[in-house]
Amino acid sequence: MPMNTGLLSAARDSGRAPRQAEVVAALAEALPRAAILFRHEDTAPFECDALTAYRTLPMVVVLPDTEAQVAAILRICHKMGVPVVARGAGTGLSGGATPHQMGVVLSLAKFNKLKVDPASCTAIVQCGVRNLAISEAAAPHGLYYAPDPSSQIACTIGGNVAENSGGVHCLKYGLTLHNVLKVRGFMVDGEAVEFGSQALDAPGLDLLSIIIGSEGMLAVTTEVTVKLIPKPLLARCIMASFGDIESAGAAVASVIAHGIIPAGLEMMDKAMTAAVDAFVHADYDLEAAAILLCESDGTPEEVEEEITRMESVLKEAGASRIEVSRDEAQRLKFWSGRKNAFPASGGISPDYMCMDSTIPRKRLAEMLRAIQQMEVKYNLRCVNVFHAGDGNLHPLILFDAEDADEMRRCEKFGADILETSVRLGGTVTGEHGVGVEKLNSMCVQFSESERGQFLGVKRAFDPLELLNPGKVIPTLHRCAEYGKMHVRRGMLPFPELPRF
Amino acid sequence: MDTHDPALARLIEQVAAARGASAPLDICGGGTKRFYGEAPAGAPLDVRPLSGIASYEPTELVVTARAGTPLRDLEAALAEHGQCLPFEPPRFAPGGTVGGMVAAGLSGPARASVGSVRDHVLGVTLLNGRGEILTFGGQVAKNVAGYDVSRLIVGSLGILGVICEVSLKVLPASVATETLRFDWNEARSLENLSSWATQPLPINATAWHAGRLSVRLAGARAAVAAARARLGGERLESGAANDWWLSVRDQRAGFFSLGEEHLARGEALWRLSVPAVTAALALPGEQFIEWGGAQRWLRTTATPDVVRETAARTGGHATLIRGRDRVAVFAPLSAVLMRVHQGLKQAFDPARIFNPGRLYSGL
Repeated sequence: MPMNTGLLSAARDSGRAPRQAEVVAALAEALPRAAILFRHEDTAPFECDALTAYRTLPMVVVLPDTEAQVAAILRICHKMGVPVVARGAGTGLSGGATPHQMGVVLSLAKFNKLKVDPASCTAIVQCGVRNLAISEAAAPHGLYYAPDPSSQIACTIGGNVAENSGGVHCLKYGLTLHNVLKVRGFMVDGEAVEFGSQALDAPGLDLLSIIIGSEGMLAVTTEVTVKLIPKPLLARCIMASFGDIESAGAAVASVIAHGIIPAGLEMMDKAMTAAVDAFVHADYDLEAAAILLCESDGTPEEVEEEITRMESVLKEAGASRIEVSRDEAQRLKFWSGRKNAFPASGGISPDYMCMDSTIPRKRLAEMLRAIQQMEVKYNLRCVNVFHAGDGNLHPLILFDAEDADEMRRCEKFGADILETSVRLGGTVTGEHGVGVEKLNSMCVQFSESERGQFLGVKRAFDPLELLNPGKVIPTLHRCAEYGKMHVRRGMLPFPELPRF
Repeated sequence: MDTHDPALARLIEQVAAARGASAPLDICGGGTKRFYGEAPAGAPLDVRPLSGIASYEPTELVVTARAGTPLRDLEAALAEHGQCLPFEPPRFAPGGTVGGMVAAGLSGPARASVGSVRDHVLGVTLLNGRGEILTFGGQVAKNVAGYDVSRLIVGSLGILGVICEVSLKVLPASVATETLRFDWNEARSLENLSSWATQPLPINATAWHAGRLSVRLAGARAAVAAARARLGGERLESGAANDWWLSVRDQRAGFFSLGEEHLARGEALWRLSVPAVTAALALPGEQFIEWGGAQRWLRTTATPDVVRETAARTGGHATLIRGRDRVAVFAPLSAVLMRVHQGLKQAFDPARIFNPGRLYSGL
């Protein structure tokens, strides 16, 4: 399906009204009128997800509340050849839920029920349930759902499945993939389907693996069976300062080399700590070139043993200052700065562009040096927060979108970071997904035959390419450009959400 | 991967020739798991020349090895740095390879606590049916660029392509381990396993057979000591414990070997994958229970239909491991899932030359 730009789109615009009437009439046979939105003022809130630079007014939005309705919607759209874009909370950062202008947005927000089964340490969760709501429901049983993306108070489990969401704790506890047993949903033609099982595996090819992270392009998820794990009895966090970024990068590698898998291992550079400390007063060491947050969780005995080992490794790696959280309040204070990195950056610059590449941990210092050189080259500032334990980087390039030249330099800066990441043995997206934002970067990372194979996978599930068309796999002629993520201050649809 | 590498170039040639002649290939490594899955068919395609560790960075917790690398060599290289494949891939004979481990997708005793082979695969380089060399995933743990094809390959029994190279997440070996034993019957063992699973205990592996439950603890010294004090049971000396868990991993216990006389009686060995909390299964025969109750090996004369229905009722499935020659090995797929399987086969191997029928007939 071509992108909604250019002449083709203008031609379609003229044909949109009659098509819209036709599709609405067909959907009205299966849905209450109130669950079908098509007037401009009703559909406008769905025109983008949290990647606001990309906006498309959907032709129709539907809000089903039963699986039978989802099946009927898909059957109708399939028959009529209408593209369908499934949507959860719309908190995604890569435009995975950007509507199709001749398509239907399938909002699954009403699927908000969940059932915790403490005996089997699982929960059966409808796709529209918020990530954090799972852990809240499991808490009375001493259990929780481990993946904790920063938007967890708002993002839904359906969206987490689509993006294979991670979080600060995925170094130790894994991604969505590692914490989901079964996905129930519907194929593009409305046929019910289940991937995975209530057991630890399922017969045949591991289709659950490919559904998770498929950005809504292979099937529509309506229900997810997740694993719950016993809540650690205790968590403590170390804040370690370093006089230069090389030793901070080396310290990350050294922690891992000593056989320690921290519950969280995060890094911020000096520019970032200054910005966040001004924003939330997290008592960070503002003199340090970089600080690390290193967390241990488990039984009190485990945590004590691990914290001691971590402290000694960090000291040996050249930490100039080490502070261990005394209590839960101080631990949360340490994290408050890290968790406010994105909004703090919004406070020091009119705009920022967030990158999401992953590189091998040992290249962290090299990457930071390269970014410093790029700051000079493009004459723009960049502040850095890293999920260092995973090598997942979120450099935030500061710029002013009102200034066309800055905007152009920023795009080049971002592209340079992504290309450097691939060159260092990494990937263009660690956790935010490809969506529409990184379509062009996919051209850097994958060969034409690899992209062709992705398309083959897509067609095995969705031969007519109606589910979320135009995402993830770039067309050949796109593969000459580069994408961007651009957040305009005050225009984020969820300004209250933490982003880290 | 470098396509000029002689071993890889040779494989590409062989695949091209097979495609041209529409002649099926039977992808082989060490041949240690040929009993698993449907019967192999086609001309052998030996992947063993494509061997060696391509890169290993202990501080990255990542190793990349070519498919023909002996598992023994890989584990020896990891052990030098105190690291391991935490999912404990089983070996049923000497000579197993990295490619075979990934293609079969089988995991050992620690699977329920640390995850499966699939959970540790970060990237795969594949030779598909069109003769293209494709790399999916990579060498980093967080990577959401494109569909997760590398994990789809795990357990695919070679039907989608030739695995050429694999990147795996590895972990430091546990600081401390202890094995405890309890003389408990099946019901009492399952009850305790379920209750332990809801608590933060460092349980790494469990196995029940013939009235005895074995529990392996692994983790920080203090945590293992505290758990040992709490759970009680009889402690097994560490050397003996190590040997015993290896015998479980590799299925060396008498339970797993079916002689001619057993087969003649209609006995078969099944693997039932069920939710761990499933109560004792009402099936005739003998069982060996692992993974906190989630994996139950069954030696039985019960009919395949009875075994499969019993597993399905729990929300799980049953795989035939030995015996019952003319019965499908894997549980049947729903029509919709079979259609997806056929679509994927078509996408990766349109000429249908790789391991035909090894997973399901017609694929």
